Amino acid sequence: MTIRDVVSITNAKVLAGEEDLDREITTAFGSDLMSDVLAYAKDCSMLMTGLANAQAIRTADMMDIGCVLFVRGKMPDEQMLELARDKEMVILQTNSFMFTTCGKLYAAGISGGTL
Amino acid sequence: MNDALDSGASPENGSDEPLVLDYTVVKDDFTRAGEASGDVKKKLRMAGINPAAIRKVSICMYEGEINMVIHADGGGIRVEIYGDRVRMILKDKGPGIKDVDKAMQAGWSTASEEARNLGFGAGMGLPNMKKNSDSMDIQTVIGTGTTVTMVVNY
Repeated sequence: MTIRDVVSITNAKVLAGEEDLDREITTAFGSDLMSDVLAYAKDCSMLMTGLANAQAIRTADMMDIGCVLFVRGKMPDEQMLELARDKEMVILQTNSFMFTTCGKLYAAGISGGTL
Repeated sequence: MNDALDSGASPENGSDEPLVLDYTVVKDDFTRAGEASGDVKKKLRMAGINPAAIRKVSICMYEGEINMVIHADGGGIRVEIYGDRVRMILKDKGPGIKDVDKAMQAGWSTASEEARNLGFGAGMGLPNMKKNSDSMDIQTVIGTGTTVTMVVNY
C-alpha cells in the first residue's frame, strides 16, 4: 500500500513529506527502543514509535526507513520535522495506541520484518 | 593531524589513500547525537558504496556515537574510507568499560535513565556493533577512556 493508504487506515496527520505520500510501504517495525530498531528493522519501509525525539528520526535514517509514524499522540517538535525534511522522510502522527495501529496495518496487508 | 592519518593508513595490500573524516562528539548533547553518523552515511552514499555496507557502517557508527554521548565525556571519531572498506575509530574520554565481556552480552547495560529515555541503554549497542562489523577491537582504560575500532568491508 502507499503512505496515503497508511494515513487513511490509521487516521493519521501528515507532519512532513506531503509530496511523497505515493511511496510504497510493504513492511514495518514498531518499537520505542531504538537499539532494537537498529538490530532488527532491516528492509522495513516504515517505523511506528512512541519515542518523540531526534533519535527516532536519526535511527530511521540509519536504517533507510523513509516513513515514521508517531503513535499515542506523540508530537515531534519543529526541529525534528526539519531534520526529517532534510532526510526526505515522511512523518505521520496518530492518536491511536501502538497495538491498535499495528493491528490495523497488519490486517490491511503490511507485514513485519523477519528475525 | 597527519601523523594520526599516516599511522592509520597502514600500507596493507598497497591500499589507496583513504578519505579521512573527523568528528567531535560532545558529552550529553542528546539532540545532536547521531549527527556525525548521518554525515558519514550521506558521504558514503555520494561515493556510491553499496547500500548494505552503508547500512552496516551506519549501525556501527551510530551505536558507537550514542555510547560516547551517554557513557563517556565525549570524544572524537575518525572515519577512514578506503576503496574496499571503511574503518571507524571512536575514541572517548570517560570511565572506561569495567568488564568488556559483560558489556558484549546482549541485555547488559549500565546506562542512565536519560539514555533510556533517548531510546537506548538496553544493552544492545556493543553486540550489534560487533554483528555489523567485519572486525571490532575495544581498548579500554578505567578512568581514562575507551577506543573502539571497527572495520566494515565492501
